[in-house]
Amino acid sequence: MSEHVEQASEHAAEHPGYGTFIKVWVALVVLTGCLVGMSLVSQTYAVWGLLTLTPLKAGLVFYFFMHLRYEGPLFKVVVLVTLGTLLIFFALLFSDVAFR
Amino acid sequence: MSGHLHRDDFGSRLGMWLFLVTEMVLFGGLFIAYSYMRYRYPGEFHHGGSELNVTLGVINTVVLLTSSLTVVLAIVAVQRAEKRRAMTFLGTTLVLGLTFLVIKSFEWGAKFHHGLYPNSPHLATLPPGEQVFFGLYFTMTGLHGLHVVAGLSVLGVMLWWVATDRIRQDRYIHLENGGLYWHLVDVIWIFLLPLFYLAA
Amino acid sequence: MSTQASTAQPSYLVDTGTRKGLMAWLTTTDHKRIGLLYLYAMLTFFFVAVGIGFVMRLVQLTTFQHLITARTYNALFTVHGVIMIFLFVVPGIPAVFGNFFLPILIGAKDVSFPRLNLLSWYVFMAGAIFAVLSLFTGGGAPDTGWTFYAPFSLKTGTNVSLAVFAAFVLGFSSMLTGINFITTIHRLRAPGMKWFRMPLMCWALYSTAWIQLLATPIVAITLVLVILERFFGIGIFDPAKGGDPLLYQHLFWIYSHPAVYIMILPAMGVITEIIPTFAKRPIFGYKAIAFSSMSIAGVGSLVWAHHMFTSGLSSLSVMLFSLLTMIVAVPSAIKVFNWVSTLYKGSIDFQPPLLFALTFIFLFCIGGLTGVMQGALAINVHIHDTYFIVGHFHYVMFGGTGMALFAGLLYWFPKMWGRMYSRKAIYASWFPMFIGFNMLYFGMMILGMMGMPRRYYVHLPQFHFMHVVATVGSWFLVLGLLMFFGTLIYAMFKGEKAEDNPWGGVTLEWTIPSPPPQENFEEIPTITQGPYHFVQQEGKS
Repeated sequence: MSEHVEQASEHAAEHPGYGTFIKVWVALVVLTGCLVGMSLVSQTYAVWGLLTLTPLKAGLVFYFFMHLRYEGPLFKVVVLVTLGTLLIFFALLFSDVAFR
Repeated sequence: MSGHLHRDDFGSRLGMWLFLVTEMVLFGGLFIAYSYMRYRYPGEFHHGGSELNVTLGVINTVVLLTSSLTVVLAIVAVQRAEKRRAMTFLGTTLVLGLTFLVIKSFEWGAKFHHGLYPNSPHLATLPPGEQVFFGLYFTMTGLHGLHVVAGLSVLGVMLWWVATDRIRQDRYIHLENGGLYWHLVDVIWIFLLPLFYLAA
Repeated sequence: MSTQASTAQPSYLVDTGTRKGLMAWLTTTDHKRIGLLYLYAMLTFFFVAVGIGFVMRLVQLTTFQHLITARTYNALFTVHGVIMIFLFVVPGIPAVFGNFFLPILIGAKDVSFPRLNLLSWYVFMAGAIFAVLSLFTGGGAPDTGWTFYAPFSLKTGTNVSLAVFAAFVLGFSSMLTGINFITTIHRLRAPGMKWFRMPLMCWALYSTAWIQLLATPIVAITLVLVILERFFGIGIFDPAKGGDPLLYQHLFWIYSHPAVYIMILPAMGVITEIIPTFAKRPIFGYKAIAFSSMSIAGVGSLVWAHHMFTSGLSSLSVMLFSLLTMIVAVPSAIKVFNWVSTLYKGSIDFQPPLLFALTFIFLFCIGGLTGVMQGALAINVHIHDTYFIVGHFHYVMFGGTGMALFAGLLYWFPKMWGRMYSRKAIYASWFPMFIGFNMLYFGMMILGMMGMPRRYYVHLPQFHFMHVVATVGSWFLVLGLLMFFGTLIYAMFKGEKAEDNPWGGVTLEWTIPSPPPQENFEEIPTITQGPYHFVQQEGKS
């Protein structure tokens, strides 16, 4: 219970304002532009854009819009465990597909 | 009944995040299927991707990103007890979400018009890899569309609750959780855009 | 401890709200009542599936086709599997004992989301109804086996779509329960109940819940794809359209192998509660058991392709998964060693729950070791899709999870219903159950070694003798089950009143009256020590 009170108040302590989120939105739109730009250059660039910029955009949404930045460690661990699990599923599946 | 005597906002958010975990893994399964098939049919996926309308895809991305922004701004507004502003922001989100669906339906309509839909006679004449590409395209964007509809319904209720003061400065956990869901829908689209429209 | 019985709160079995009788139960948010709702529903399904299994064994009593058609036989083994897996073994222990005892074990009044908990039960029942409906509607009962392998499941005219949808709905219920348990364990532990002071059942449920969250959605989407395939022909699993049936197998087993650990981890948790109580000793290696639960959950999620060794995977993949399969045996073995070490030099009080717990260990060891055998590639290729597999997973599922469920029922029966059963009658039921079980399933393993393929409705004469042995075993087994549940059902109504703490247990559920009051505790307890703290003289008396 005490833990709960702590974390609840910790969360309430710092509310970011409108400005932060608008800046993040601008960044997201710019990144989308870059992604489109890269895909126009060549297929290779498009794939690199997919592998780098897309996770970055998703990370921004998670970190700011979904308030992960303002939460304790637990939620970050939950997200990382999930992504890690998916990554391992992916790798093990490709141990079959890529070497068949 | 009992148990509601104390309020556990952190617990509610934890529950919501755990639900989002299941959503991430659900789409994760589809992404895994996508990469498996793409690995097998790189050329066909490229060709299939070139038939999609990049402009509409990008416009839809910006629409969804903006709708995410307005949700998060609505939370800020509620925290500052600016009820009218919060309602405006949420209303904007709803409009943008609907816009997304309308654009999406135009896109699907065009595909159907060209004889590109699952099991269509035209599709059957294409190489196998492209059939799989369009199968995945319709499955993934369709499932995402269903999530958009679900998210819009949830946010519609949130708007109603803000209007009737069930969501207010000292009690906005439902709005936060609804917002979390909406952002996840946005994140999934962030991945769908390059997978189908840009880098395929 | 037992003087606490005079409590102000009425028992959870008494209706105090405005609704009475059945309506009070169907609208309850009390985790204890929801646990019982699950139990009654699941045991009903269990006996239906037992009946189906019984008929399948009767069919194997001769070498020619009799009693039913081959197609009916296909439907029977499919339905037997679907019911047993999705309606009984997977939800079994978490939904019943998890719901009933998790909040009590951590000193809480209820789970975090009581209404969601009730919703999970309704979703579960909806899934169950769809599963039953799929037998009688559309093209008839599905005949694919419970694995719904593509491409046959895409093409068969039977009602696969509804059966698959039922499994999807049941998965949803399972995820909701998982969300509830994780949140409950994080948020509602009593003051002083640190992570390493939790009873180990909670650790087992916690790791189970994580698998439920991280694996179930994969099968959910896979089943959705099967349905889309059947209705719209999207082609992802259909080789004619460029799809790949192997992808189906991968996605299916990414869930369904971890599902095995969803089944067995809570069973291990139950056993870990029972052993210290009857050995009157603290559990040996508390942290080892807690961490082995988590590592089973982790590693167990990475071994799925050992179901596909003969499907044509890459050699690299086959070797990798063979290695991982062997590794997952290590944490399971750690648990077995710890249970046995707890018994060593304990002051053992031999009671029915302990008998069934020991039966669990014995049968689970056979099931587990034959599992390691199959992890070895050479053996796997030889016995793939034979009766050996069928025998093996019945040892794990029934001998493991089933026996643990029975042991848990016996252990917690006096707490749940406030009455005691006849110990003699339970001992008497154990003999036919144990003998029949081994005749049936060990017989199947021998048949498999001889080369009898699974899912055949007739067999060649050279397999006849062992088939007869197995069938006779199934009669003993069913007799034992009937005696067992007959005893318990009788005790539920006519049993003598049970004490608050009949076994001398020391975890929190034994500090409250039997049956528990509505809010479990008069006052939320404050925890100052680990869960298995036996007072010295209790061992001596």
